[in-house]
Amino acid sequence: MEKIYAKDQDRCKLIKAKPQTVKFLLDYSKSLRITEIQGIKFEGNIN
Amino acid sequence: MDLQIDDSLLIRNYISGDEKSLEILINRHNQRISSFIYSKVNDRSITEDIFQDTFIKVIRTLKKGSYSEEGKFLPWVMRIAHNLIIDHFRKSSRMPMYGGADSFNIFSLIGDDKLNIEKQIIKDQIDSDLTLLINELPEDQKEVLTMRMYRDMSFKEISENTGVSINTALGRMRYALINLRKIIEENNIVLTN
Repeated sequence: MEKIYAKDQDRCKLIKAKPQTVKFLLDYSKSLRITEIQGIKFEGNIN
Repeated sequence: MDLQIDDSLLIRNYISGDEKSLEILINRHNQRISSFIYSKVNDRSITEDIFQDTFIKVIRTLKKGSYSEEGKFLPWVMRIAHNLIIDHFRKSSRMPMYGGADSFNIFSLIGDDKLNIEKQIIKDQIDSDLTLLINELPEDQKEVLTMRMYRDMSFKEISENTGVSINTALGRMRYALINLRKIIEENNIVLTN
């Protein structure tokens, strides 16, 4: 039977971001602080 | 339990300071967003990078209070990911990367044997730590070790300069190394590059 699917079937696979990436994002979120001074929002990271 | 909580409620909770809600949101949509990115870029590490950048934008927008609940969360995140994918292709078309084939890698020819700045800093740190450790040694051992390692003198030259036999110089060197190792172990010092 002739192949009628995409040449690169690998592109269709389901993947997930690594747990390390998720952990980084959660840590980033915890460390991010937004301070508003005179209507201007400043970002800061607390380690 | 996770499935019962609506995205919009999780977002509200997250904006109010509940970090756990973000974890649920990321894990809930991880596969769909990652697979979407991967289907466009076809590279695992670039997918990870774009996924990370996408959520960094999400986090910043939510924390700044700039998120409007007009649309749904997932399509909004997908739009951010889509824009970042476009940025990625724009950048790579401006700066095409040549990785080389398995049999030939251009970087093996043009590689630089100098230490990069990070490795140089580590090396300098190790050198200075080692100097401090050597200063802890007894004077006779320190003398032999310094002559051998820093002045590159032979044991014959060391024995002539210090007025001891070659065997004594060898013995002092041996004890100097044993004592250095002992100091390193006792103080849990890591000297690696």
